[in-house]
Amino acid sequence: MAGAPAAVRRAGAGWGAWTLAGAVLAFLLAFLLIPVALVVFTAFVDEGGGFTLGHFANFFGQSIFRESFFNSLVVALASVFFASLIAVPLAYLTVRFEFRGALLIQTLGVLPLIMPPFVGAVALQLIFGRNGSVNLLLDQYFGFKIPIMDGLVGVTFVESIHYFPFILLNLVASMRNIDGAMEESAMNLGARGFRLFRRIIFPLAMPGFLAGAALVFVKVFDDLGTPLVMGVTNMLAPQAYLRITSVGIDDPLGYVTSVLMIGFSILALWMAARVMKGKDYATLQKGGGSLQRRRLGGWESVLAYGWIALVLCIVLAPHLGILLMSFAKVWSFSVLPDAYTLEHYASVFENSRQMIGNTLLYCVLAAGLDVLIGTAIAYLILRTTLPARRWLDYLASAALAIPGLVLAIGYLRLFRGVDLPFTDSPVVTSSVLIMLAYAVRRLPYALRSCMAALQQVHISLEEAAQSLGATRWRTVRRVMVPLMVGGMLAGFVTSFITAAVELSATLLLTSSETQAPMSYGIYLYMQSASGRGPGAALGVLAVVVVGLGTWASHRFAERTRTPERATTP
Amino acid sequence: MPLKRVLSRVATACLVVLSGAAQAGTVTVITSFPKELTDAYKKAFEAANAGVKIEVLNKNTTASIAYIKELPAGQRPDVMWASAPDAFEVLARDKLLTAAPEVKNPHVPAKIGNYPINDPKGLYYGQALAGYGMMWNTRYLQANKLAAPREWSDLAKPEYFGHVAISSPSRSGTTHLTVETLLQGEGWERGWTQLLEIMGNCAAVTDRSFGVPDGVNSGQYGIGLVIDFFGLAGKYSGFPVEFAYPSVTAVVPANIGLVTGAKNVDEAKKFIAFTLSKEGQQILFDPKISRLPVLPYADLKVPAGYPDIQAVAKKAKVQFDSELSESRYQVVVSMFDQMVTFRLKELQAATKAIHDADRKQKAKPNPQAAELLKQARGYAYAPLVGQEMVKNEQFLELFRKSRRDVAVSKQLTGQEELWATKAKANYARATELANQAAALVK
Repeated sequence: MAGAPAAVRRAGAGWGAWTLAGAVLAFLLAFLLIPVALVVFTAFVDEGGGFTLGHFANFFGQSIFRESFFNSLVVALASVFFASLIAVPLAYLTVRFEFRGALLIQTLGVLPLIMPPFVGAVALQLIFGRNGSVNLLLDQYFGFKIPIMDGLVGVTFVESIHYFPFILLNLVASMRNIDGAMEESAMNLGARGFRLFRRIIFPLAMPGFLAGAALVFVKVFDDLGTPLVMGVTNMLAPQAYLRITSVGIDDPLGYVTSVLMIGFSILALWMAARVMKGKDYATLQKGGGSLQRRRLGGWESVLAYGWIALVLCIVLAPHLGILLMSFAKVWSFSVLPDAYTLEHYASVFENSRQMIGNTLLYCVLAAGLDVLIGTAIAYLILRTTLPARRWLDYLASAALAIPGLVLAIGYLRLFRGVDLPFTDSPVVTSSVLIMLAYAVRRLPYALRSCMAALQQVHISLEEAAQSLGATRWRTVRRVMVPLMVGGMLAGFVTSFITAAVELSATLLLTSSETQAPMSYGIYLYMQSASGRGPGAALGVLAVVVVGLGTWASHRFAERTRTPERATTP
Repeated sequence: MPLKRVLSRVATACLVVLSGAAQAGTVTVITSFPKELTDAYKKAFEAANAGVKIEVLNKNTTASIAYIKELPAGQRPDVMWASAPDAFEVLARDKLLTAAPEVKNPHVPAKIGNYPINDPKGLYYGQALAGYGMMWNTRYLQANKLAAPREWSDLAKPEYFGHVAISSPSRSGTTHLTVETLLQGEGWERGWTQLLEIMGNCAAVTDRSFGVPDGVNSGQYGIGLVIDFFGLAGKYSGFPVEFAYPSVTAVVPANIGLVTGAKNVDEAKKFIAFTLSKEGQQILFDPKISRLPVLPYADLKVPAGYPDIQAVAKKAKVQFDSELSESRYQVVVSMFDQMVTFRLKELQAATKAIHDADRKQKAKPNPQAAELLKQARGYAYAPLVGQEMVKNEQFLELFRKSRRDVAVSKQLTGQEELWATKAKANYARATELANQAAALVK
């Protein structure tokens, strides 16, 4: 039961576990560690190729790096705080209360993760920027502006509204898994309102929250796009990037920064794991069947709906901006566009069908692979006693801190001269690498969700199955996986969504137009003034396609959870 | 899970089909140019050369270089086509470009102003010309009651504070050339002073060259220092923006070159020759492209009102010395980053304090305040490396050495650290002095 130390009886370390661990490790080695090492080793060698730590010493001598490190840390912590502020009420209200439109809100709440490259940045500036709609209106009516898009504050703002869905998704998944009896017992004992939430619900949903919060922290700490777009260079990721991508200079300090970012990200995840250590979050009764949704009182529901409406307005503003841009003829220094047109959609529809297909193909494959590997790692860590098994988690999560460009260069180096099996076409010019890059870069998302999901499954359910004669494989298939399907879905969705808007690796690995996914198309349009409209239209299409994909996977998961649905009123 | 297995089989099959290597008769062009431009050339070339197909690979400059470098010979793209002169320098240095003198069009003049149009070593060729200038958002200027700037020096005026944007010279080869033009035109010390005064008025230093026109188009920034076609294309796409050349400007070519180890050399040469031919040059006048041809206007049908770049180049007072520019490239971009890009906030603060004090001092003159203000300017706008130092061959040599050598890297990072702390301290001191001056006037 929750809070009590579980009788830890793991599946041990049989040959099955070893094989599985070997397979996962082989994948990580081939597609993450070796390619990255091929690029990042520059940080550890001097000109002659000998090993040195001198570059690290040089790194720490620079005050700009210390400042960058501090800035990145502050922004990451602040973003976790604000993202929680947005996500926790959304999750709590929609999962534990009778709430009209709960599913819609949860779906809309995921949309901010789909921020098409460049288009999203332009839309954000057009809405919240120095001369964006909000500030123009404020200036017109009240005579002042809010510099919400400036400096570190701006980065924190954008990161919070961009990445809070990580917390939302995982929290919703884990709140759904809480045994309703816990809540009822607490209420019978007199716990109400905030106390009930603080003492019972939130602690029980901790695995999901921590999974989400750790992701937000690491992601923001390592994020490159947002600071660059806002013109903030005094953070670690932009410092690394600017040094790696300077034309013609191979500056090892860029790679040193990357290595340190990887190290720090692993440290953060390790600390999150420490918090969870010695605590047991598994509850025996599962699923929404037992979950009694409460009703909100009159003024409570006004407050709740008001809050949710406000939050959704803010977090979906960029998407509204993209939508407006896609219909706008010209939108410049004005609250709304001057005139509207459908032209942009016409020009996009002509030649983007293949891109949509490619995006779906790559992302479904990548996310599927991620859930598979994520579940395997979760199983190995939580259900076996293999030595050093936690390292699989840390290694996989290191992908968060690796710039897409570095991974992509590593792929080109490692697979140079290798042909696809059974063909003579080289791997480097095939789209397999794009798919693998997506899978590797988005694996940490799926992994966190799968871990959280399995943490909430009580081991005695599996023991029961085994004592009834089920084999280990059958137990996994019929008991463990069905019980954690909610978390796996959350993982699939995050991987799928975020892979759809990946650009940096895509840009390098795309070797012909027929392989290009939508993010590449958006990039292409956004390189010129006249491409802004079509770029936005393609961005809207991406959001719609990915949104539909998300909805479809929800439907798929609902179908597989029939017992739960049968008892849900 | 049989369904999953079937799906993955189908997917693998798709991938194999998708990845089919480019067939014979396909020329792969790697470029950072926008779709409008490449589409126009693809269409025109394929119409004129039946059987040859153009495959365009659009990547930013960094990705283009990495892509060409990492692919083995025989699988590389055929043609590299981009603006940044430094990208071609890097490719040439790594022997990734092959000379193809037969593609040259004899009608193309040898120089624009004082800048050679084709690579002196013959490895890449100027395909279009571009001059640097200023673009501005007319609505933005109107709302802020600002006049359109005419010269670089206008941008240093107090009324433009917080309204200007530029991209960093370490990120954008063309911005570097503009900075260098200013330094050569005004001399090292005065050039830096003016540059820093302008940068103090900047709202942002973007990491991509397109970030500047993009921001001006949306009205995020009022004035951007941009390359001409960015401004002209924004204007012709309907945005409320204008573009003008100041009297001091750098006119430089965008280049095209044949990649070493290309798949399809003969037809690639045909394509390069086409872009340099009369038909190819004429395409540049398309309003969505708005670039300037390397062929003299006498050979082409020029639309009315089109800027005459040859005249602009002739008017330019600067005799651009590309060797000097190259020799101190690293010093200029590195100093710019340490003094401006990474310290923009402090530079802005100092500039604001100076503008404020200056306004007060002008309204109510006070000799002591004027002296303090002069000192403040001295701190804020003086280059950290003197005229003599930048001629010192030993000093320049250090910046050309490989940063992979730990000792070199240590010296360089030490130098950068020195600049960074000195710049920060200078800006703080300037702010303090300017505030003192303002207090005196009150």
